[in-house]
Formats: sequence, structure tokens, C-alpha cells
Amino acid sequence: MSTDQITAAGARIKRRLVVLGGGTAGTMAANKLRHRLPTDDWSITVVDQSPTHFYQPGFLFLPFGTYQPHEVWRPRERYIHHGIELVEAEIDHVAPDENVVVLKDARELPYDYLIIATGTTPRPDQTPGMADDMGGDVHQFYTYDGAVRLAERFRTWDGGRLVVHVTEMPIKCPVAPLEFTFLADAFFTDKGMRDRVDLTYVTPLEGAFTKPVSSHVLGGMLADRKIALESDFMIESVDPVAKKLVSYDGREIEYDLLVTVPVNMGADFVARSGLGDDLNYVPVDKETLLSKAHDNIFAIGDASNIPASKAGSVAHFSMEQLPDNFVDHVHGRPMRHRFDGHANCFIETGHGKGLLIDFNYDTEPLTGKYPLPGVGPFSLLQETAANHWGKVSFRWMYWNLLLPGRPIPLPSRMTMAGKHQPADS
Amino acid sequence: MPVTTINNREIHVNDEGFLTEYDEWDEDLAKVLAQNIGIDLTDEHWKVIRFLRDDFKTQGETPTTRRVQTAGGVPTKEQFELFPKKPAKKMAYIAGLPKPHGCV
Repeated sequence: MSTDQITAAGARIKRRLVVLGGGTAGTMAANKLRHRLPTDDWSITVVDQSPTHFYQPGFLFLPFGTYQPHEVWRPRERYIHHGIELVEAEIDHVAPDENVVVLKDARELPYDYLIIATGTTPRPDQTPGMADDMGGDVHQFYTYDGAVRLAERFRTWDGGRLVVHVTEMPIKCPVAPLEFTFLADAFFTDKGMRDRVDLTYVTPLEGAFTKPVSSHVLGGMLADRKIALESDFMIESVDPVAKKLVSYDGREIEYDLLVTVPVNMGADFVARSGLGDDLNYVPVDKETLLSKAHDNIFAIGDASNIPASKAGSVAHFSMEQLPDNFVDHVHGRPMRHRFDGHANCFIETGHGKGLLIDFNYDTEPLTGKYPLPGVGPFSLLQETAANHWGKVSFRWMYWNLLLPGRPIPLPSRMTMAGKHQPADS
Repeated sequence: MPVTTINNREIHVNDEGFLTEYDEWDEDLAKVLAQNIGIDLTDEHWKVIRFLRDDFKTQGETPTTRRVQTAGGVPTKEQFELFPKKPAKKMAYIAGLPKPHGCV
């Protein structure tokens, strides 16, 4: 790409950056890059099908009435900075060999560089029977509508077998189904009906969570709350009439109310464009987020195939590095920052307490203090009120610091400072 | 990295017994590994094992249950019949590959 494109008349032709998706990662990327790239040289366009920006971490709280629906969304355009064009449209496909995005309304957006940030969504239709009774006795809280519908159901539900289920990994916010289970335990306890609720957590993982230390801690917490754990459960189908989950190895789990996390997949246009893997995620270099197939395409946030959690914190930490890397890359230099898959997640555990986990590609969640060794103020893998307040106060930080791309005083790469290493490592 | 001896050869394994060096595996080793977990390898088993080995070579990671179905052409149900209860883990073990990543 030439650095200076001048027409015959002497006017500068700008290079075009197109960002697909105006969610957490897309907004941060567009805002940070607008701040960094000269407006004379670069146009930036964000494409999103919806004018509404959802605070997705809030969906978890809607079923329990902790947040009201109006508290988890805001107009998207308010968070897209000046100098960025926001196009409200559905994407039909990307033609990567022609460097053009084609919208469903047939408009074409040529680009010099493309950032795919279209995230991931729950697909109940991927599991036979799962979509049939959605909103009736089967629910999911990974969409605004689903969470609102579940809130309605929980207001009047009088008890029975509540099964919380994960279909297949990866899912975004992998801790959310566990949080949901802990919050449900607290919710029904506070309502004085916990003894009428039989709670079971069903997962395809070998334990409550994915890595040994955290799996052990979280598994223990389920047992303490008299929540049954069914692991290694790979669901084949839902029988909405008999109200049971059926696994590939012939196990059956009955429910009165099922709250499931369906298969999560990236956007369909990714598949239509030949850009994705079998779950519609874009394969990228895990340290730079540059597409393995196209030198002028990045995929960020949940839309990429990096082996990190699909989580806002991962998007945030990786976006800290993007502006420098992007500028290096367009100037033909090796990208200077290497993303380490850093993630941290607050896990609500009920009754005003929470856990915090902090980890990356190479290091599982460990105990200790974060971010300052010894001081914290947050405790890792321990239930504390401080962690709960960390989670709650995050909402303000999301709208006011994170999305605008303002600095948050946490190092983007994970640090071992303050962590306890397991004895045999 | 721990080392174990199988068929009079020194093999590098992790703490769960999974091979850590791609090139240390061969089909004789696979038979021993399968025996260890009570599986007799039929032609159908070998078809899956060979797909796993080839796919790891080109993709750089062990294929998931989903990928074995879509790219490998072996339906999930059949994977469960060939490698009961924990097919992803068992297939990877016998094929001398790391467990497919169930990321955090």
C-alpha cells in the first residue's frame, strides 16, 4: 500500500479502514485508531446492524432483577467518536481478494484495511430440539431478549428442577453459566424457596471449569451450595416434550426449567466470505490478531479464533496493543507488541460476594492478589465482597473509560506478581 | 518433562501420560496406548487416528470433536461409539497428540 495517494488534481486520497461490528472490541479499536491515525490520511468506518450498544455483562443480572432492562443498553452512536463514519447495515459478505465489503442493501465499502469485530452469538438451532421451546421451559440469557424473557419467568416460577447447561466450548464469558448458577442459588434462597429448587449444573468439561486450580475451587463451591454437577456431558439433543437433555453417550437429564448456553458461533457472513473456521471464527496470529490468510485483515474480540477466553477483558487488553501494532504493520514494520492472551474475570458467587480470576495463554488462574502483590485490593480465586464491588463498579468504567479508549491502570500483559504458583510447577 | 518407556523406547509424556513429541509416535505405539485404555483398534478407529495425525500436522492443533465430524467426516455419535464416554480425550491420547484445547 503506498503511503501517499495523490489524484491527478493533487487531492489526497485517504486510506480506508473499515471496522465490521461496533461492539466492545470494534468501538475500542475504532476510537483508539481514530485518535492515532491522521484524519487527512485515513477514513474510518464502523458497520453495525443495530443502533443499540448492549452492555453484555449486564445480561447475567437481568433474570434476577438486579438490573432493569434499560440499564444494559445505550445508543451506539454516542460511543463512536467524532471523525468516524457509523453505517447501520447488515453485512452480506467480504470479498477479500477485491478488498471490498458488500452490504445486504448492495452498498459496497472498499477498504485498504479491514478489522472484523462482529463477535459471537448463541445458536439454539445447532442442537436438535433446543429452539423448540425457547422462551417456554427452555431459556438462554446470552441475548437481551432471552434474559428479559427469563426474568419474566423467574418472577412467577414456583420451583422444581432447574438445570443450567453449557452446550459446547468455546462460549463467550465462560464463567457466566457458573455465575448464573451461584446467583440462582442466592436468588431462590432470598425468596425463601431454595428447598423447592433442585439445582444441577451440566457441562461438557471434565469438571466445573477448564483448568485444575480454578476447577477445584469452583467445583467445591457448587458442592457447598448443594448444586449437583454433571460433567463430560456432550449434548446430542433436547427433548422439549419429555423435558430432558440427552447426551451422545446415552445419559438423560430431566428438567422443569432449562437455562442453557447454546453453541456460540461467529457471524454468518464470515462463513459466506470463506474467512472462518467451522464455528465462523477468523483464524489469526494469536499474538498480533492479523489474519493468517490476508495481510490486510485483523480479527479482534470474540470474532477471532485466538485460544483465549471470549471476554471483554481480553478484547480490552488486546486493544491496548492494537494502535502501535496497526501503525507498525501499515508501515511495513514487524508489529512490536505480542499479545499474551491476558484475561481477567470477576465471577459473581452470590450474597454480595465474588471471585476474581486472572490468567493468559500459558498460565491458568492462580490464587493471590490483583493487581498489587500483597495489597490487592482484589483477591484471586477467593470469595470476597471487594470482588463483587469490582464487578459492579465495572459498568461505569465500561461506558466511561473502556469504550472511549481511555487508559485503565492495569498492565495489558498478565503478570505473575502477586500470584501463588502451584507447588509442583 | 517426564519420560516413560513403551516398547523399549523412551517416550516423552506429560503428567497425564499424553505424548508431547509428535514424531515419537508410531502405529505400534498407538496399539499400546489403545490397550492402556481398553480399546481394540479396528479399521474405523485407524481412520480417525490417521485423520487426527494429518490434521494436527496441517492445522497445528488437535482437531475438536466438531472438526472431526465436519472435516474428518466422522459423526460425533460414531466418535462416541468408537471411543466411549470421552472420545476427544481418548482419540488424542491414542494418536499421540495433546488434548484438544477446551480453553478457559
